[in-house]
Amino acid sequence: MFWQIDLAILTLVVVTTVGSLMVKDLLGAAILFGAYSFLMCLLWAIMGAVDVAFTEASVGAGVSSVFFVAAVFRTSRRTKD
Amino acid sequence: MKIIGLIITIMTGGFLVYAAGDFPAWSDPSSPASTYLSPYYIEKAIEETSVPNIVTAVLADYRGFDTMFEATVIFSAGLVCFILLRIMGRKEPETRHYRHVLTGVTVTIKEGRKIPASEEFERIDDLWTPPELIIKTACRVLIPFLQLFGLYVIAHGHYSPGGGFQGGVILGASIILLAISHDLRTATERMREKVVAILCPVGVAIYAGTGALCLLLGANFLDYGALASVLHVDPITARSHGILMVEIGVGIAVMTTMIWIYNNISSAGKYNQGL
Amino acid sequence: MAELIPTIIAKYNYWIYITLMMIGLYAMIAKNNLVKKILGMSIFQTAIILFYVSIGVKKGATIPILEGVHGHGAAHQAVHAADYVNPLPHVLMLTAIVVGVATLGVALALAIRVYNRYNTLEEDEILAQIRKK
Repeated sequence: MFWQIDLAILTLVVVTTVGSLMVKDLLGAAILFGAYSFLMCLLWAIMGAVDVAFTEASVGAGVSSVFFVAAVFRTSRRTKD
Repeated sequence: MKIIGLIITIMTGGFLVYAAGDFPAWSDPSSPASTYLSPYYIEKAIEETSVPNIVTAVLADYRGFDTMFEATVIFSAGLVCFILLRIMGRKEPETRHYRHVLTGVTVTIKEGRKIPASEEFERIDDLWTPPELIIKTACRVLIPFLQLFGLYVIAHGHYSPGGGFQGGVILGASIILLAISHDLRTATERMREKVVAILCPVGVAIYAGTGALCLLLGANFLDYGALASVLHVDPITARSHGILMVEIGVGIAVMTTMIWIYNNISSAGKYNQGL
Repeated sequence: MAELIPTIIAKYNYWIYITLMMIGLYAMIAKNNLVKKILGMSIFQTAIILFYVSIGVKKGATIPILEGVHGHGAAHQAVHAADYVNPLPHVLMLTAIVVGVATLGVALALAIRVYNRYNTLEEDEILAQIRKK
């Protein structure tokens, strides 16, 4: 589609990636990872890969974020790094 | 370590940027990736398999061997999670907590004695939180529709985006929603651990069994045209039905693996309390 | 040099994909926390899938689902390959996504085991505890 939408979503993807890796709270990092997955799904839907977008929406933004939150619940939540 | 990481990353990035100069221009119809084999798949998929969704036809029929081993990989990942984390053993905890439903008073019983099951006292865990009526009721209404939608996605994978993987993940997510909104004990009573653990290889076996059935009927492994004699249809429709059967197998395997991994991670193997 | 600038601007997608991959690679190497390393691995995987799917894009083409055809082996009109997006990278990447989430489950199970044993998730503290033994 328009290259403006493409560029805007790609910028947001890079911003969420960097944000997810810099946050000191692991729960916030897991939620930002879910947002990153959802933006990837939008990118693929724009490119015409509808099956891949469907899978990423259900797997990445759904089940994968739940696994991360469950693992953070069982270990510690703060990190110094 | 950070400086070494930075140097490695910049060097690798430099190599990739140098190599990307040779790539074809973006969205070029005559790029080499779209020239040799994919026009055959696009033009012939509907004639040979009568499935309009080209991705499903290629995934389950033309490249069916890959998908069978992918289902095996998913099953083995669930098995590895189970082996790493699960602590078996029927050692019941020493102190139990009960809560009187009408007044909200918590009673702690030590040394292994217990209150027999009755209407007034309910068993709670260490990490008990007060019940949220809105969340519990909303999720209880939503879960049957989620499962119906998951079944629809599996069955309708021929005509719309979808198929075995997506439907299986949605079905698994419905049980995970039950475990999150209520507690893990409710979800384990609905779908027991043994049922989940046995259904996972059954899904892979359905896939391999369909291939073996084609082998027994005289054609190659995973050549669905041979199913025409069993199903009493012409070979092209038999390929469409063969794709549906293997998608069901993949859906069952993916659903049970998601539930299994969630149960093991969120309770760290003990299965007594969850998220 | 002057004809290099239009090619650099025309291929801006590839530079952003490479940036994403390098962010994920840097997180896997340089971060101390184990969960951040696992996040980096997952970011790397999705960035590579993005790169592969972008190979199959065709200008002015539609999604790879034939419409108006009801099956039974007879196509009513000829199907032109230039009208549809290349489906082969989609198929390979479907497998990659689901294998990625299975690998994520195993990695998180390993992190929980490490936490149960050493009571911390920071890599330098774990190495100090191992060296003290």
